[in-house]
Amino acid sequence: MTLSAEETGSHISRQFSQDLEKVRTHMLRMGGQVEKTLTDALRSVAEHDSQLAQQVIDRDEVIDRLEREIDIECSLIIARRQPAAGDLRLVLAIIKAIRDLERIGDEAARIARSALQLAEEGEDPVNLGEFHNIGDRVLSMVKHALDAFARMDAEAAAAIRGEDVEVDNEYHNAIRSTVTHMMENPESVSAALIVLWAFRALERIGDHAKNISEHVAYMVIGANLGRGRPLPKK
Amino acid sequence: MNREYEAAGQAAAAVEALVEPEPCLEVRNLSLHYAKIRQALNKIRLTIPRQRVTALIGPSGCGKTSLLRCFNRLNDLVDDCVVTGRIRLEGKNIYSSKIDVTELRRRVGMVFQKPNPFPKSIYENVAFGLRIRGINSRRRLDEIVQESLEAAALWDEVKDRLHRSALELSGGQQQRLVIARTLAVEPEVLLLDESASALDPISTLKIEELITELKKNYTIVIVTHNLQQAARVSDYTAFMYMGNMVEFDTTARIFTNPVKRQTEDYITGRYG
Repeated sequence: MTLSAEETGSHISRQFSQDLEKVRTHMLRMGGQVEKTLTDALRSVAEHDSQLAQQVIDRDEVIDRLEREIDIECSLIIARRQPAAGDLRLVLAIIKAIRDLERIGDEAARIARSALQLAEEGEDPVNLGEFHNIGDRVLSMVKHALDAFARMDAEAAAAIRGEDVEVDNEYHNAIRSTVTHMMENPESVSAALIVLWAFRALERIGDHAKNISEHVAYMVIGANLGRGRPLPKK
Repeated sequence: MNREYEAAGQAAAAVEALVEPEPCLEVRNLSLHYAKIRQALNKIRLTIPRQRVTALIGPSGCGKTSLLRCFNRLNDLVDDCVVTGRIRLEGKNIYSSKIDVTELRRRVGMVFQKPNPFPKSIYENVAFGLRIRGINSRRRLDEIVQESLEAAALWDEVKDRLHRSALELSGGQQQRLVIARTLAVEPEVLLLDESASALDPISTLKIEELITELKKNYTIVIVTHNLQQAARVSDYTAFMYMGNMVEFDTTARIFTNPVKRQTEDYITGRYG
């Protein structure tokens, strides 16, 4: 049976409905934090803002703490309520999604560290245009994945797979052009290496956003999205 | 090397799960009325697979116990109870006039919610059905009593006091004694009507462990209100509601991704 957004309510035990609703809200709030962190990390690179970069790095601890708290909430729901069917899939999807959100937070902090290093280098970073292009794309993937989670929308989740393929392609192009740039301008190697690591972080964020979209699909339709497998009809 | 063995074991288990089990009990178009006014079962269609555990779940009054009692024609004993439709046990209609009902009830044994040992010794409880069937050889009786108590996972606890009263046993032990008594007459099917409901958690787990052990040799149908128990011990689950068979599927599927809304509402504890 497919799950819809109002599905957490209407348990005979109102407390159970409240617990599920609460943990779902907490997970989405954590998603909001991660989204903001990623936005700020990208901005710190664009605007050479070391102060903002430092804030992003510091905020990673908050995200880690949220992950641990939500993890405990989920464990308690499983221990106390033994959720089944759609409720079980919701709790499992949350447990998996917070892991991916936490990793996205780590990668955002990595990007912020790149911003600090680039500021130290004092050089014009390489391939910044492409960096922001891919950055915007993965940011929108994260947004779409979280929206799909909030609305329990399996079709929107499935669409994110296509976005990830595009990000992967652009990532490979960006790596290639950065390496070419390094060969042509040996003096910019250290700055280019920093940018390469930042590209890598973006690519991984795309993968985590795709993972979250897969958790959404599993939660809603109760089956895994296979490679290229179409969504089952409702 | 170990890892390879493990992988092979897992593959074998996966294959076993894929093999379609053979039908033991086939219920077709079965309806049951009490006193012509109240319909308890409405055109039930269900196939109980052999040597598997099938759980019947559903709210009180949904007809699961009525259905269970059809499997050994216990409903015959209820006045005004009218059964229509067919139930085949290993291909033979059990509602045919040619069926010997006593023999049917030997083949399809039943254990109830409250343990009901006879006020006799442990030994005589298990030997009771055998004596009725005319088995009186002391050696034969000793043998079967021990085998049955072993199969019911009770032997070690009672082997030194076989001739003490069965009523001295704890509730959980009494229930296993009743199961041993049922097994002694070599049934093919075991019907358990809330049989692990009135017991403490440890005794409940022992009975559940026993069910898993017994399915190697018997077809088991359990009725339970304890959904977690159904999820733990059964291979297949049937959800019934107001006399209808709403959904029947593997337990894995029913408890992770049921098809019907009513099933989902029931197992997740929502208002139907």
